[in-house]
Amino acid sequence: MVVEAETRKASNWIDRYSNLSATRRSLTLLSPAFALIGFFGIAPLGLILVYSFLVPGTYGGVIWEFSPEAYIQFLFERDIFDETLAFNASYLQIGARSVILAGLAVVGCLLIGFPTAYFIATRSAQTRNIWIFLVTVPFWTNLLVRTFSMMLILRDQGPLNAALLGIGITDEPLAMLYTDFAIGIGLLYSFLPFMVLPIYASLERIDFRLVEAAYDLYANRWQVLRRVLIPLSLPGIAAGSFLVFILSLGSFLAPDMLGGGKHLMIGNLISMQFGIARNWPFGSAAAMVLLSLVLIALMIYVRRTSRRNRQEA
Amino acid sequence: MAILSRGSYDLKRYPGFGIMAAICLGLLYLPLCVLVLFSFNERRSVSNWSEFSLDWYAKALANDQIQQAALNSFLVAVVATIVATILATAAAIATTRRERFRGLTACYALINSPLMIPEIVTAVALLSFFSLIGLHLGLGNVMIAHAVFCVPFAYLPIRARLHGMDTTLEQAAADLYADPVRAFRYVTLPLLMPGIMAGAALAFVISLDDFMITQMVASAGSTTLPVYIYSQVRMGVTPEVNAISSILLGISIVFVSLMFLLRKRERA
Repeated sequence: MVVEAETRKASNWIDRYSNLSATRRSLTLLSPAFALIGFFGIAPLGLILVYSFLVPGTYGGVIWEFSPEAYIQFLFERDIFDETLAFNASYLQIGARSVILAGLAVVGCLLIGFPTAYFIATRSAQTRNIWIFLVTVPFWTNLLVRTFSMMLILRDQGPLNAALLGIGITDEPLAMLYTDFAIGIGLLYSFLPFMVLPIYASLERIDFRLVEAAYDLYANRWQVLRRVLIPLSLPGIAAGSFLVFILSLGSFLAPDMLGGGKHLMIGNLISMQFGIARNWPFGSAAAMVLLSLVLIALMIYVRRTSRRNRQEA
Repeated sequence: MAILSRGSYDLKRYPGFGIMAAICLGLLYLPLCVLVLFSFNERRSVSNWSEFSLDWYAKALANDQIQQAALNSFLVAVVATIVATILATAAAIATTRRERFRGLTACYALINSPLMIPEIVTAVALLSFFSLIGLHLGLGNVMIAHAVFCVPFAYLPIRARLHGMDTTLEQAAADLYADPVRAFRYVTLPLLMPGIMAGAALAFVISLDDFMITQMVASAGSTTLPVYIYSQVRMGVTPEVNAISSILLGISIVFVSLMFLLRKRERA
């Protein structure tokens, strides 16, 4: 009896699902994922947008009172005594450093990533698989552990300095750790696979008869690279550059561990405001600035790719 | 094609590109090699090599805090993986097993949004959100946060697998009067399994590796391994940290290898 009732209940549920229209069925399947991401992914972003316009609480948190102060703070410092505003470039500097370092990381990743991707794409199928595996492993490896290992390399007593001293390039250890240079190297190292893999994906699809044709038409190596290979791998180059840029821009670990927390990027500024500085509205405003920069980069990327797709069509 | 790869005059070859590729690998792996090497160093130093020893591994594994952190990491990863994989499978079926519909691009954008939003922004947003709604579940908060960003990682391989499967077998099942639920259970699901496994493996690794979001969301008792390692690095570099980092590294490598093998078998 009980089993029968159970079966009937189950088949009722199946019948009800089966009788739904295709659209309803899709919505039913999508709703749990949408609910989770909407509630715990998107709604919190809305919340910090609101927080960025409020007054900071004394011990963290916010006081529910409107104030544009957080955004003013980016450019001006308010005098504690007479409330006058004085121009303050230090936050602007952090923003500029973030954008410049992210840009340099993109350039560095391109310079190393493109030749690597090309080299891999021109290997035999089996060698190619091994190379792709080797580039993919760091992609999925703990970024904290990777950044920590870079810290060991760049230390004053680290192997890099030992090698430089050994060869006789320098007489005393170079202070590499805790500099902008270290952050740049860290970003390059962290996000290099994100450049190699998309470029490889588009180079792999290239019809090499086009290269042959270019040589038949008396093009030299440089011209083939510039006029054939780079244009054909542009989708991969664009995707890789976009990924490296947004990841570097919002990076926290490289500037924190390799920059020693002295050379801040936006990520560190945000984290600091929610930590020791206890200024949640200012932290939220900084997060909004970072998010806007990422969305601008995304818009440029999407617009470029869709235009290219239209041209090809 | 033949002309292009004829020995000495290989037109596909660019001088120096091979060297760049070697530099790329060196840059990616040398630091990791140094990390692993010095985890086996007998002395306390992480820059002068003395003698091979497993002491630091023994010390790390016997450390209560590390054990607790490892257990937390594992629990969070398991729960986040299960939740994210189930939700991602449902979403992948909804977005592939039918003709394109209006709003599909918006669906993709929403599901993949955790990939686009900088981690630090997600981290502080969740911190604010949890404290506003008064949700203090300890490890539960971390699990929720992880499930959110694991969904797109689980979703992508499952969707890719579904794209590669044609619908003829499902149509055959429908012709034989299977309702959609049974057709899914007995036809689609078994075929989809490699994609689901790959998605789950990715979600697991991503959850295990996360530092930023966990650091912000975790309360005192819910430290995970990366958060523990970070706090130790702040206090000073010891071979014990190297040892535990190397273990974490090993786990990631095992999972990536597993995914590669799964994908290879799928192609074969």
